[in-house]
Amino acid sequence: MKRIGVFLCWCGSNIAATVDIEETMAAARKMPGVVYVDHNKYTCSEIGQAMIREAIAAHRLDRVVIGSCSPRMHENTFRKTVEAAGLNPFYLEIANIREQCSWVHKDKLTATEKAISLIRTAVAKAARSEPLFSTEMSIERRALVIGGGIAGIQAALDIADAGFEVDLVEKEPSIGGRMAQLDKTFPTLDCSACILTPKMVDVAQHGNINLITYSEVEKVEGFVGNFTVTIRNRARSVDMEKCTGCGDCYAKCPSKVDSEFEMGLAKRRAIYTPFPQAVPNKPAIDRANCRYFTSGKCKVCQKVCPAGAIDYEQQDQLVEKKYGAIVVATGFDTHKLDNYGEYAYGKHPDVITSLEFERLVNASGPTGGKILRPSNGQPPKNVAFIQCVGSRDKAKGNPYCAKICCMYTAKHAILLSEKVPGANAFVFYIDVRTPGKDYEEFYNRAYEECGATYIRGNVSKVFPDGDKLVVRSVDALSGALVELVVDMVVLATSVDARADARELAQKLSITTNAYNFFNEAHPKLRPVETQTAGVFLAGACQGPKDIPDTVAQASAAAVKVVSLLNKESLLSNPTVAEVDIKLCSGDMSCLAVCPYGAIAEKFIEERHGREIRKRRVAEVNTALCQGCGACTVACRPGAINLKGFTNEQILAEVDAICL
Amino acid sequence: MKVTTDKINSNLIKEVEEVSGQKVSACFQCAKCTGGCPVVWAMDVYPHQILRYAQLGLADELLNSKTLWICASCQTCDSRCPREVDIPKVIEALRLVLLRARGGNYLHPNNLPARVLENAPQQGLVSAFRKYAR
Repeated sequence: MKRIGVFLCWCGSNIAATVDIEETMAAARKMPGVVYVDHNKYTCSEIGQAMIREAIAAHRLDRVVIGSCSPRMHENTFRKTVEAAGLNPFYLEIANIREQCSWVHKDKLTATEKAISLIRTAVAKAARSEPLFSTEMSIERRALVIGGGIAGIQAALDIADAGFEVDLVEKEPSIGGRMAQLDKTFPTLDCSACILTPKMVDVAQHGNINLITYSEVEKVEGFVGNFTVTIRNRARSVDMEKCTGCGDCYAKCPSKVDSEFEMGLAKRRAIYTPFPQAVPNKPAIDRANCRYFTSGKCKVCQKVCPAGAIDYEQQDQLVEKKYGAIVVATGFDTHKLDNYGEYAYGKHPDVITSLEFERLVNASGPTGGKILRPSNGQPPKNVAFIQCVGSRDKAKGNPYCAKICCMYTAKHAILLSEKVPGANAFVFYIDVRTPGKDYEEFYNRAYEECGATYIRGNVSKVFPDGDKLVVRSVDALSGALVELVVDMVVLATSVDARADARELAQKLSITTNAYNFFNEAHPKLRPVETQTAGVFLAGACQGPKDIPDTVAQASAAAVKVVSLLNKESLLSNPTVAEVDIKLCSGDMSCLAVCPYGAIAEKFIEERHGREIRKRRVAEVNTALCQGCGACTVACRPGAINLKGFTNEQILAEVDAICL
Repeated sequence: MKVTTDKINSNLIKEVEEVSGQKVSACFQCAKCTGGCPVVWAMDVYPHQILRYAQLGLADELLNSKTLWICASCQTCDSRCPREVDIPKVIEALRLVLLRARGGNYLHPNNLPARVLENAPQQGLVSAFRKYAR
């Protein structure tokens, strides 16, 4: 028979005001295996913990049940307490008589009855607990950062500065991401490239950062501290060692295609660097548009390259490398406007998206920083800005708020007033949301000092009238119908998750929300962690985010990585699933339900008379298992047990409640 | 009631801002002015709407409203406005704009009854002549 000690916590009046402690103690004394019962006003206090340690010694207790708050609060505290008294920490069982009892009930009589029932349950489980032990795992002290936008750049720099090696993988030929496309940044109006490019150069020059551009993550295996990642280095067709970045190749290349960086407002060549400050400043050949790769003739770039760096024979290369931690910083896509015919985007050249407007305002953009109508190259006099295009639209867009559009539209209105004197900005909005340091003041500036007229109403239709555009809406504040004749319409397009976000989430065994943004482990208290240990999030891949928030989150993710890589070794979580191969039928239902990829099939050899047969069984990778228990319920023969929550223990708990 | 590019870009808001010395564009339509106005029950256009109409250049709706002549300039609104807009001054400016636009002479010293001349404060007379006489 086990010698179980029960300790009840008052939690001041939190528990004691609703649960009759004396009566619960009396009931506990009668429970099977209980040899000692005590109570304390605050069990988590040093006095309370000392009382438990002393009782364990004095009464030779071998199991401890504490009736207190949720195990989420103090399970670790009390595990250490019983461990200090010489017991295995998993001999502790907590009955949650606060959150699940005293806090949610008013009637003392029934609350006491429920508390007794919860204690009885915990006692029944404790009587069947086994000692569990963590194992030590080594750590690969190198980090992988996926995505070379401002989030990935910041995270990589911070990790590298802390002294750890970082591989930064970027799928484009250059790092820089969305921020490199922007003109000015709110709310200070400092130039985006001016504050970003020094960081890009820092990345290139940092001794601890290994920059891997034009590459993508192909496969991720392993677990925290020991990830094995396969990276596809796409064939750049340019020898990075030989190339000097002189630019002769793209000056002479005959194929012109729409520049992704310029949002299609300008052309680039088939061999190209996305923008002048690219890092690395070495081109890549876009094979789908290259004359040589499509027709077999041309090779102009090879002829003009003074360094002999053009290599048409290059192949994609798969590189496998080990990492201790991964930061995902893959950013966002802008919303596709296919569903918004009413705004005439794609039908009229003077209807443009906000990101296209950024390129129009940018000094290095297609117009050299002059705001000009794409239709006739003239500066616009009246410009309508339509907010929430694809946002807050559960019918045909994203139901969520894209968070950044109110601020960048205010910025666009301010920039318009600065760049085109006398031009008028009309901003159509549903609500203006400006939570952030100096944000409201910035918005105030747009309409107070820069003359923007804000009209509270979503635009219902944009249509051409001669060489102008007519914008139809209503001002909901006054009830007045609005019909404006303007020269240009700028659509504040919503923020989407990357099109391939789900695919990457599967590779990383992390989850996404309904809109494919990666899920954080806890929305408030674990905002940069994922449910998969060792994988962290930074930037807009987790949800729409502006630059200040992105940089803050990237640095936060870096700290998490650094504190992980700083450890000598990792202790494994011992509450993992365990397969009893005698019972396992090998139907692998467990594998199908495991969200962490922790179950694999294994073939064992068994003797059947004289014959040796191979039989399939499930095997748990204890380093990957997070102890969720999905496999145990899926297993029909009951061959899988979650240690610390065995089937036997759970049935004993049910019996304790029901019998 | 219809808003057009020409109306928004008209001179009305600039003129009202110049005459009143107030930033009409600063109003963000919280409507606290209307909520506390002691004579709002008699108004056809509420104080916050006056500002909105001015922002959108809805001249006819503004200048035909009874509100302009009902506002008692008690300054309850202005003492509570979070955007520091002195609304009575804006309304006064609208009266001036309206009267100036109409032209004409409404006040002559010879026509003033003796009772008014005796009792009216000097400031009131100055203000009345500024507004109603040419």
